[in-house]
Amino acid sequence: MAQIFHPAANPFARFSIFGAVFLAIGALWLTGAITRSAWFTRSNVARDQPVPFTHELHSGKLGLDCRYCHTSVEESPFAGLPPTQTCMNCHTQIWADAPMLEPVRQSWQTGRPIAWTRVYDLADFCAFDHSIHLRKGIGCSTCHGSVDRMPLMWQTVSLFMEWCLDCHRQPERFIRPREAVFRMDDEPPLDQPRIGRELVERYHVRPSTDCTTCHR
Amino acid sequence: MKYSKCLISLLFSLVGCHQRDMEDQPRADPLEASAFFEDGQAARPLVEGTVARGHLRVDEHLFRGRVNGAPAGTFPFQITRADLERGRERYAVFCAPCHDLVGAGQGMVVRRGYQPPPSFHIDRLRQAPIGHFFQVMTEGLGAMPSYAHQVPPHDRWRIAAYVRALQLSQHALLDDVPPQEREKLRWKP
Repeated sequence: MAQIFHPAANPFARFSIFGAVFLAIGALWLTGAITRSAWFTRSNVARDQPVPFTHELHSGKLGLDCRYCHTSVEESPFAGLPPTQTCMNCHTQIWADAPMLEPVRQSWQTGRPIAWTRVYDLADFCAFDHSIHLRKGIGCSTCHGSVDRMPLMWQTVSLFMEWCLDCHRQPERFIRPREAVFRMDDEPPLDQPRIGRELVERYHVRPSTDCTTCHR
Repeated sequence: MKYSKCLISLLFSLVGCHQRDMEDQPRADPLEASAFFEDGQAARPLVEGTVARGHLRVDEHLFRGRVNGAPAGTFPFQITRADLERGRERYAVFCAPCHDLVGAGQGMVVRRGYQPPPSFHIDRLRQAPIGHFFQVMTEGLGAMPSYAHQVPPHDRWRIAAYVRALQLSQHALLDDVPPQEREKLRWKP
């Protein structure tokens, strides 16, 4: 039987065998890169809101405490979104006629809440509790970033399980004194390794990495 | 036969890839929108004329700051140092934006154009019964809105206690300070 392939085809065969290995690795890398990209996780992408509410002004320049609006953050799993009444505490007098705030006034008059766009949308099969994280010394900005520098809100982290586990495995890298959880700096101090270990000890922080801790 | 088994398991694995359904389960999360109820909210208001268990508020003193219809002159519970600390923290969160940290009424929101509140250190407010402050926080007064939806009643009393402490602090004399603490106040170059 005559040869089907000419000897000159040998390099092609060798190349394609090696190439397949590289292709497989490349495909794996590409999948990883895509799932970690902002396009997929939607992190670092500012979300549009019905009213362009700015944390940069309210939290940053005015210095309002997180809890002025997110009142239930210390007592419940849900941080709480302020009712329109909280907006109107000030905006009956300040920027009272601004066209930008028309949806707020409308909500105030009709009693229908403003339909904000959720920025940190955790999957329904994950249980998360704000209050316990604050009590154990995890600050707002560890997960939410420096919101005092965000005109519109965006997600600063991937919200992947590996991201949760990063901290549950090594809480000493992120923990801070309870008095400082509402502070807005998101960079840990230089002596974090020492402080971290101390605080983990003092607050009895033993985060579980069991599946049922979050998936229940 | 072998191939069809493979194919079937492959199909099942594809059907199993409905992560979206598990991400958005058919349940109402806090403050979620709802297409079911007329007002578009999943969170339901209380049925009219009902009181949730443990939420009956008949104690005039504790919940309205009144005794026999007049502003109460006393606290409804013993104020401890911890209560004062809590009051200070809550004051900084909810009151300082307008009243500022010493209570002079020059907070950031006032500097941005909100009608200024009176200073806590004027005679009228220094003489006012403690229930007055609780009442104003609860019901609002003049330009000030009610803070009942943001601050629970016990915390409102603690804030009132801290406002009293602020008033004392602005009219204190060196003789009011315990002798062992006086040294700390001395100016050190």
